[in-house]
Amino acid sequence: MSRYRMQRLGFALLTLISLVVVAPILAVIGIILVEGMGAISWEFITAMPFDGMKQGGIFPALVGTLLLTLGTAVVAIPIGVGGTIYLAEYARDTLVTRCIRLAIVNLAGIPSIVYGLFGLGMFVLFLRMGTSILAGALTLAIMTLPVIISTAEESLRSVPTEFRTVSASLGGTRWQGIRYIILPQALPGIITGIILGLLRAAGETAPILFTVAAFFLPRLPQSPFDPTMALPYHLYVISTQVPGMPIHIQHGTALVLLALVLSMNLFATIIRSYFRRRRQW
Amino acid sequence: MEKIRVEHLDFYYGNYRALSDVSIAIEEREITALIGPSGCGKSTFLRCLNRMNDTIRGTRVNGKVLLDGQDIYHRNTKVVELRKRVGMVFQRPNPFPQSIFSNVAFGPRVLGLMNRRDLASIVEESLRGAALWDEVKDRLNEDALSLALGQQQRLCIARTIAVKPEVILMDEPCSALDPIATLQIEELMQSLKTKYTIVIVTHNMQQAARVSDFTGFFWMGKLVEADVTDSVFTRPQKKLTEDYITGRAG
Repeated sequence: MSRYRMQRLGFALLTLISLVVVAPILAVIGIILVEGMGAISWEFITAMPFDGMKQGGIFPALVGTLLLTLGTAVVAIPIGVGGTIYLAEYARDTLVTRCIRLAIVNLAGIPSIVYGLFGLGMFVLFLRMGTSILAGALTLAIMTLPVIISTAEESLRSVPTEFRTVSASLGGTRWQGIRYIILPQALPGIITGIILGLLRAAGETAPILFTVAAFFLPRLPQSPFDPTMALPYHLYVISTQVPGMPIHIQHGTALVLLALVLSMNLFATIIRSYFRRRRQW
Repeated sequence: MEKIRVEHLDFYYGNYRALSDVSIAIEEREITALIGPSGCGKSTFLRCLNRMNDTIRGTRVNGKVLLDGQDIYHRNTKVVELRKRVGMVFQRPNPFPQSIFSNVAFGPRVLGLMNRRDLASIVEESLRGAALWDEVKDRLNEDALSLALGQQQRLCIARTIAVKPEVILMDEPCSALDPIATLQIEELMQSLKTKYTIVIVTHNMQQAARVSDFTGFFWMGKLVEADVTDSVFTRPQKKLTEDYITGRAG
């Protein structure tokens, strides 16, 4: 075989492999879209479920997921971004900072169900928060931290050192350099990291299983100490725990969850590409 | 008037001695050029004058650097204050990726000046001082990186003089520029020296001869010779200096 044909064969093979990567995503979205579209209506989004969740809507689960994501953001963003600024800009390479980095890496590798059990033991039981949005958001926040920290640190480090030097040479303090020069440059990367982290939090089931999620609770939570329904857990429940569940409701619920997560993802991509075009060094 | 006096300065990167026993006096409102081959320590020396080497870990300084008679390495020296008095222009033009206005306003802003009108007048004054005002006055809000390289370097000079320093350190400020932009910077230096003390590191000996009043020649971490520029280039006292400026060494 000539080397040109060899090359063409190679390209064809690689193209095929790439398509294999895309196929499952398209299939998942396609199937859920086709099967679930029929369930989507204004009522489905805004009504309480009834008749053993076989009728009505998913309103409390949707609100619960949004509240949980919001709570996660409130806890995880300041800790994540603050910790990252310390690690990337201030911390020297000492035993302590090495331990912190090691902890972050390991935090990222812990299975989500373990987070769930930790949340149950720590927040629900030991700190007596009960099964509540607070406990769930704290659990999700811990799980989100490594994602935020690793992406944010990456984008802080990608800002050229030169800018820090120049800022210092102009009489700026270390913090002023970070605040006015480094952070604005790193912000798109940091925001992307935050959104990706929250995205994961919004879609997780295991961490909220024992800490916040209610099986069936057709009312909105009144305080952070209330439990709530949440979309991923609701989906799990109606797919496995309720006999005779109409299949289009299952797919409709999945579609809403998917739309929520994908739109956040799209938003992150837009922010990233918008700022990347403006960056010119 | 003597602006800076360096006495027996040694500088170490870890165990490597980059400067040994450097003593020199730098006159106020003159241009002092530091020449020498790459790696001779001239940039390291320059960065000692505003303590920019402090940011590099494992460095160590012996000796004294007196600015108006005060040792800048004394433990009571506020480094941030020092750098306000001793500004710096770098080798590669390095404006912040922000507007032209914000670049010049950065220094005054970090020093606490927030009033928009005061800022605008400082920005104008500084850009005029850097001979850039006429070229950018209608596009102050445009991205600084849209300027040509020579303009970017003059912007960096404007940014430096906006904090009203007493001394300006220039680390090979023309090495990334074409001959015309280089000439503009050299002309600018002549007008700047009426107000500022300038120390320039250059590996271009013609440039040193053209622009400077006083020249120091560094060789392997030592200051071999320092004298009025004319003397250094026409009647060097040391054989090494003569070999270097005539191209036989280095």
